[in-house]
Amino acid sequence: MRVTQLSQGEGFKPPSAADFDLPPFFGDNAFATKPILLVFLSVILISVFFIMASRKAAVVPSRMQFAGESVYSFIRNDLAKDLIGHEFLRFVPYLFTLFTFILVNNFFGIVPLLQFPTMSRVSFPYVLAAITFFVFHYVGIRKQGPVKYIREIMFMPGVPKAVYVLLTPIELATFFVVRPLTLSLRLFANMFAGHLLLLVFFLGGEHLLMGALGLKFVSPFAFGVGIALTFFEFMIQILQAYIFTLLTALYIAGAIADEH
Amino acid sequence: MEGSLNLVGYGLAAIGPAIATGMIFAAYINGVARQPEARSVLQPIAFLGFAVAEALALFGLVLAFVL
Repeated sequence: MRVTQLSQGEGFKPPSAADFDLPPFFGDNAFATKPILLVFLSVILISVFFIMASRKAAVVPSRMQFAGESVYSFIRNDLAKDLIGHEFLRFVPYLFTLFTFILVNNFFGIVPLLQFPTMSRVSFPYVLAAITFFVFHYVGIRKQGPVKYIREIMFMPGVPKAVYVLLTPIELATFFVVRPLTLSLRLFANMFAGHLLLLVFFLGGEHLLMGALGLKFVSPFAFGVGIALTFFEFMIQILQAYIFTLLTALYIAGAIADEH
Repeated sequence: MEGSLNLVGYGLAAIGPAIATGMIFAAYINGVARQPEARSVLQPIAFLGFAVAEALALFGLVLAFVL
C-alpha cells in the first residue's frame, strides 16, 4: 500500500505508530494477527531447539548441545547464581524461559521475511512484567510473611524517623507501580523505537530511489545506514532480553533477601 | 514536516536520564577497572541504579504519547 502511495509522487509520509497496527490475516479474527502468530512460532522454535539440543546429551557435546548448554549455563551461573544466592535453583526455569522467549521474539525484528519484533506491541511486555511482578511479591511474602514483607518495604530499617514521610510513599510506588511499569515499558520502548528507526531508513531509502535522479544516488547511503542499524538492533535485542532477565533476578533477590 | 511539541519536550527531558545513565556506567567501569574482582558486587548495584534512572526517561516517553 505504502509503495503505491509513494509511486504516485506524494510527499514522503514518515512511518508512525500506525505502522504497528497490523490487520488480521483471516477476515476480522482479532487473534490471528502477526504478533500473536509470531509468539506461537517462537514457542515452537524454542521448544524444538532445546528438545533437539538435550535429547542426545553426551559427555562430549554435539554442536547443538553445546549451544543449548551455553545459553543455559549463562542464565544459571552468571545471572541466577551470582544475583540470587543459595536459593537460586528454584528460579532458573523461570529466568531461562523468560530470557529465551524475549530473545527469540526480539530477533524476529531483524529476521528476514518476519521482520516484526513481537515486543513492540505493548501488551506482550505488560504480561511478562505482570508475571514477574507476581513472582517476586509471591516469593517475598512466602519467605517473610505478608506483614513483615510490607513492613520491610514501607519502613526501611536504619533510617531516621522523619525521613519516612518522604521515603514510604516512594518505596511503595517503586515496588508496586514503578517496577512492573518500567520493566515492561523499557522492553516495549526499545523494540518500538528500534523498529521505527529501521522503517525510517528503509522506507526513506525507497522513497529516495523513486525520486528525482539526484536523489537516486543518495538512496544507497540510506540503505547502508539501515543495514548498519540492523546490526545495532541485533545488539540492542540481546541487551534488552538480558536486562529484563537481570532485573527480574534482582527483584527476586531483593524480595527473598534476609535483610533489606 | 509533522510531529508535535511533545516529542521535542521528550527529547529535552531525556537529557537528564541520559547523563545519569552515563555517569552510573562510568562509575561501574571505573570500579571494575580498579578492582576486577568487585565486578559481581558492583553489577547488580549498577543495573538497579540504571533501572531507576531510566524509569524517568520511560515516564517521559509515555507522557509524550499520552498528552
